[in-house]
Amino acid sequence: MKRDIILAGVGGQGILSIATIIGMAALKTGLHIKQAEVHGMSQRGGDVSSNLRIADHEIASDLIPFGQADLIISVEPMESLRYLPLLSPDGWLITNTKPFINIPNYPKMEDLMVEIEHFENHIALDADGIAKNLGSARSANMVILGAASPFLEIKYEELVEAISRTFARKGDEIVKLNLDALQAGFDFAEAHTNLKMR
Amino acid sequence: MDQKLMLLGDEAIAQAAIDAGMSGIYAYPGTPSTEITEYVIQSREAKSGLIRAAWSTNEKTAMESALGMSYAGKRTMVCMKHVGLNVAADVFMNAAITGANGGLIVVSADDPSMHSSQNEQDSRVYGKFALIPVLEPTNQQDAYDMVYYGFDMSEKLGVPVLMRITTRLAHSRAGVVRKPTRAQNEICLPKDPRQFILLPANARRQYKNLLHKQSEFEKYATDSGFNSYADGEDKSMGIITTGIAYNYLLENFPDRHIPFPVLKIAQYPMPHAMVEEIYNSCDKLLILEEGYPVVEEAIKGFMNNGKPVHGRLDGTVPRDGELNPNIVAVALGKKDTRGRDIPSVVVGRPPSLCKGCPHIYSYNALNEALSTWSKGRVFSDIGCYTLGALDPFDAINTCVDMGASITMAKGAADAGLLPAVAVIGDSTFTHSGITGLIDCVKDKNQITIMILDNETTAMTGGQDSSAFGRIEDICLGVGVDKDHIFVLNPSPKSHEENLAILNRELRYEGVSVIIPRRECIQTAVKHLKEHKKEETAKMEG
Repeated sequence: MKRDIILAGVGGQGILSIATIIGMAALKTGLHIKQAEVHGMSQRGGDVSSNLRIADHEIASDLIPFGQADLIISVEPMESLRYLPLLSPDGWLITNTKPFINIPNYPKMEDLMVEIEHFENHIALDADGIAKNLGSARSANMVILGAASPFLEIKYEELVEAISRTFARKGDEIVKLNLDALQAGFDFAEAHTNLKMR
Repeated sequence: MDQKLMLLGDEAIAQAAIDAGMSGIYAYPGTPSTEITEYVIQSREAKSGLIRAAWSTNEKTAMESALGMSYAGKRTMVCMKHVGLNVAADVFMNAAITGANGGLIVVSADDPSMHSSQNEQDSRVYGKFALIPVLEPTNQQDAYDMVYYGFDMSEKLGVPVLMRITTRLAHSRAGVVRKPTRAQNEICLPKDPRQFILLPANARRQYKNLLHKQSEFEKYATDSGFNSYADGEDKSMGIITTGIAYNYLLENFPDRHIPFPVLKIAQYPMPHAMVEEIYNSCDKLLILEEGYPVVEEAIKGFMNNGKPVHGRLDGTVPRDGELNPNIVAVALGKKDTRGRDIPSVVVGRPPSLCKGCPHIYSYNALNEALSTWSKGRVFSDIGCYTLGALDPFDAINTCVDMGASITMAKGAADAGLLPAVAVIGDSTFTHSGITGLIDCVKDKNQITIMILDNETTAMTGGQDSSAFGRIEDICLGVGVDKDHIFVLNPSPKSHEENLAILNRELRYEGVSVIIPRRECIQTAVKHLKEHKKEETAKMEG
């Protein structure tokens, strides 16, 4: 078993929080992990990505080979498309639809959606909107993680535990908000796909 | 001890140094090396005062301090990015001649593909230049084990050891198993009192010593186990990898069985016997190395009249940039598995100055003040403010090396490009700007130097700046006229005032220093959060 995951977003959006939780849950399950991060100049509002590799065997490369990623998990719609050369033909594209516009030539949303929907295996959701409705605008990343959770080959309960541990020092209320966000993302994914990969 | 820690390559190096009994770490921040020293600074050992851990003013002062600690018999590490080794090159080359007393490891983090750098120089060349052993870990566990081993080797052989890593290892996490912790050394001065006095007579003797030790260095590289030869049934090709290139090779064989003989090099000088073995038993060689074709050139030789050697020099592998599993696949004659192209609707998203960043207002004022002169007279430097080269600012014309803003502006002013402007950050100013300022004062150049003081080393994540609280004093101390030192508030409401000062100072026929000062927006937010947390803790307490 292996899951090669590209996490995508814009510097400052906190994609590493998603990686940390998946990594924590995978470690608990006894899986091998490698996670390549982006530090330095590229963090200043530029595009950022992380290669997260999980497997039940020793992992060789820190970088995912082109065309072999099982998942792209993106917290920003345009950024989800930047890593398509890495995605396997039967991989899944899971993305937020809320754009992060910090450049003057940001493309039209409908043009981006055409490209995203062009990919059969996709889940596109307004994670920011969903998080806001739950009363926790800052939990959008957990909504995205929830939508990706059926494809991770990691038990949902392990993700719950990892989130509980990560946010424990911020209090029970914050933990609950993040778990609700995770559930909302999961529910969306279940309602909008037939979850071929489960 | 068996429990694995999930560590960045940088953090594995730091943890190993702590466990191996290091007494002090010295560094100037630079991507991708910064996290080594940050990890040590955050450690229990550093916080309790057991390990000296703090940022130095630049890589040269860092390495000299480390050499002093080694002289006193204690284990020490000095860390930098590859171009930082240029700054420290003087002490680096001569530390090879003095040798080490307490274990001394120099870590240089290379950045092939220049993710966050101005070149992709390969530090292994420096290792060869200085004639010292070089370690090049394959993975995070190797990085840990090699530091642990490296301190012992440095002490046994009496030389500094260079560890060369690259971006992907520095910034990738994997499980690492620790070794038992070792106690720190007691103070113990060098046995030979003349060893560190490089007067020509001593230096000649020391240099002969170093040359004499080369065969011993190679023996270590043969016996340590970090270099390994694995035979394969298909002798039509032999493959030599260095550092993390091995992982990309292995990735191309999902069953982990490589049919070709493979020599994995991770420690230098290159072990002749091992290279000869693979050369003699195969029809041709493929060399995979992250960085310059160092091994490839050595084996191919200038005349190239031996067996075919493929790699970066003949285009089998691209001549520049970092490797990845697909580049190696193509070099092996396998199919590239590249997926769908990036849709044309996707546009670039370059990094930019943060919203509210003080540099924005410094550049707005400077651009307006310079609008009456021809373009092309702003010499800048290395830091977040280098982003002033991009739209919408288009405010600077150069970015070369740490400190070059002031001295290049001086040269241009000497040539008659008046006024010339230098734009440099606070930390870069103390790193390498002060000496250039002295040159300007001595020659009375017509030059306006903007020291953008955001009170931190921002680009690498907000490390302490040696300039903090003392920029005006430094400028006065080196002889800048006190009537031409100005501190500005880089904010929209001070724009007119700032503009007036700039307009006047650009016309002043002498050295003028303008210091726009406001804390970096990132560290300001971080400090605010910490302050709130402390307040809450106080209230709860």
